[in-house]
Amino acid sequence: MPKITFPIGGVHPHDSKFAADRPIEVLPLPPVAYVSMAQHLGAPAKPVVAVGDAVKVGQVIAEPGGFISAFVHSPVSGTVKSIAPRKDLAGNMVPHIEIAVEGDEWAEGIDLSDTLVTAIPDDPAAIIEKIKACGIVGLGGATFPTHVKLAPPPGKKAECLILNGTECEPYLTSDYRIMLERPKEILIGAALMQKALGGCRAVVGIEENKPEAVKVMRAAIAELGLPQIEVAVLKKKYPQGGEKQLIAAVMRREVKSGALPIDAGAVVQNVGTSLAVYEAVQKNKPLITNVLTVTGKMLPAERQHNYLYRIGMPLSFIIEQAGGVPEGAVKLVSGGPMMGKAIANPDAATVKGSSSVLYLGAEDTVRKEATACIRCGRCADACPMGLEPFLLNRLCKAGDLEALEANAMQDCIECGCCIYSCPANIPLLDRFRIAKGQVIGAIRARAAAQKQ
Amino acid sequence: MTGTILWTILILSGLGLVLAVVLFFIAKKFKVEEDPRIDEIEKALPGANCGGCGYAGCRAFASSAVAAPDLEKHFCPVGGNAVMKQVAAILGFELQEKAPQVAVLRCNGSCEARPRVNTYDGLQSCRVKASLYSGDTLCAYGCLGCGDCEEACAFGALHINPQTLLPEIDEEKCTACGACVKACPRTLLELRNKGPRGMREFVACRNRDKGPVAKKACANACIGCGMCFRTCTHGAIVFENNVSYIDFSKCKLCRECEAMCPTGSIHGVGFPKPLDKEAVKERIRKRKEEAAHA
Repeated sequence: MPKITFPIGGVHPHDSKFAADRPIEVLPLPPVAYVSMAQHLGAPAKPVVAVGDAVKVGQVIAEPGGFISAFVHSPVSGTVKSIAPRKDLAGNMVPHIEIAVEGDEWAEGIDLSDTLVTAIPDDPAAIIEKIKACGIVGLGGATFPTHVKLAPPPGKKAECLILNGTECEPYLTSDYRIMLERPKEILIGAALMQKALGGCRAVVGIEENKPEAVKVMRAAIAELGLPQIEVAVLKKKYPQGGEKQLIAAVMRREVKSGALPIDAGAVVQNVGTSLAVYEAVQKNKPLITNVLTVTGKMLPAERQHNYLYRIGMPLSFIIEQAGGVPEGAVKLVSGGPMMGKAIANPDAATVKGSSSVLYLGAEDTVRKEATACIRCGRCADACPMGLEPFLLNRLCKAGDLEALEANAMQDCIECGCCIYSCPANIPLLDRFRIAKGQVIGAIRARAAAQKQ
Repeated sequence: MTGTILWTILILSGLGLVLAVVLFFIAKKFKVEEDPRIDEIEKALPGANCGGCGYAGCRAFASSAVAAPDLEKHFCPVGGNAVMKQVAAILGFELQEKAPQVAVLRCNGSCEARPRVNTYDGLQSCRVKASLYSGDTLCAYGCLGCGDCEEACAFGALHINPQTLLPEIDEEKCTACGACVKACPRTLLELRNKGPRGMREFVACRNRDKGPVAKKACANACIGCGMCFRTCTHGAIVFENNVSYIDFSKCKLCRECEAMCPTGSIHGVGFPKPLDKEAVKERIRKRKEEAAHA
């Protein structure tokens, strides 16, 4: 089968998957867990517990604060110490529930055994309800509530469920590890989502640099006898894991500007989300754990880790468990090196979507001085959305919102390919993030004005 | 030879004459009737086109002012009362005089008071920096120091001091156009009344964290102790979210709050004498004793 990929743009950073051979280890419980109320895209969750309450693992502690929002469950058992704003990763104040850990007592009804439950429930609505009740959000990075994605608006039908196992960001290996260690659970999760979507085919997209994962997943499909699911081997290219890029690679379809994947008949879910869906529906276990990679170029092989962590664990606790910040690390990043966020506050708590603690050395992260644009066009070649970053940069400087909209600033996926490929070190994406927000704001304001 | 020159002159002059006549009639036919007062007002205005009045420029201000029923929504902050008096005279309105204003910085987190805990090497723009994270100090409310305000100021009244990394405002040059207020992502700059003879009091901090947290982030932070609020006898201090704010319309410039502030986050500007803290504290103590007796 020929290897496939998305048609335009993309870059080829070194994949640096140093932690790929390290099995998932379970982290011990922290003394205190801080559970953020804004772990998902959309409205923050509203706490439903009070200070002094005793909580068990898996108990609901916050309910959705809007249509696009999610339930939050206690990741530990103990006493609620406080409900107050606390600094997140970026140092901004976000409401957190602080829980002092006492023992490890799980709420009733959660199946903690390892037995594989293969029977798929019949009712799609019940599956979606269960996913919602268990607070499942997309674990590919954007943390979009999964139940919203699995319920397409009326008149739109999913033709293909794409499972994102590309893990195109360098360094990260958590998705790879779960594909190796829990392939059957992931596939049953996919089958559950197929059922929820009313039956459609499913494709697991895996990049060619993970041949083991391809083998294991294919074997698991054969063993489970799931004819509706296949594995697609994709060329290694960043940002293959971008929703629109993955759809283009797997389905050969383009999602129009301003449209959603469902308009192209696609629903994309991360393999981690699929695993969470399995645990939620078959085992009644809410989303309170996730897998995260602790890695860095300067770390020796034995200090590279893939950890199963409880959500709410402070990053500093994980860093300590992994042996502290290594010498030579000048920047800590949560997420991959391309799209991840710098950890300005290591005391911040992990959230549902945390995927890594990445240590970067000075040679990989300190920016060089920007020089003048020489119009080489490398940024335009690299842009997977077909934009012209050099032009957008000039328009950003001029603050010309109309021209920015005409040149599709709003389609930017913030993948960083332009800034990665720029030989003049121009901080393109820094400006684009602001401009994209302004353009989307203007479009929304216009739409709202038209409605009235 | 002479003939060629002569013919050229004649033809070009004739052409010019004919076109002039055509243009004369076209100009007459398509003449735009414009209120002559617009030109007059525009002449009276400073002509900085800064947009501080809320209009696209001085001409836009003038044409809008001509059509307006009164001057309530038209005030040129750059020209101030003097220019507005002329504008009002042209339009035949009564002028509501406004107190002259000036921009003040409500952050006192200089480099030595507010240690840097990380380094930022992205685009040097406060807006970009603020969109990424809380900043390179522990204070999530203070000045980011990238100089968006300096860039926004059309009058060169703002400059980042390289020692403190805070912007400094040149009162002489500041026209209170408000461009810096809009440019600051943390709304640290505020337009306040200049005050009598340039005297004014303000809280140079917007940190909403609780005392110990704020103190750890910045030695000059308002720690939300509420001392100023309890001291003020004019009800000029608004105290909420762990930070004080002085309402300049009520402030009587007694400087008692400034004397009582434990961190020096209340600033007095333009006073002829430096503040004698002990004397003021003594005065407050005596007043309280008398009140207790009564």
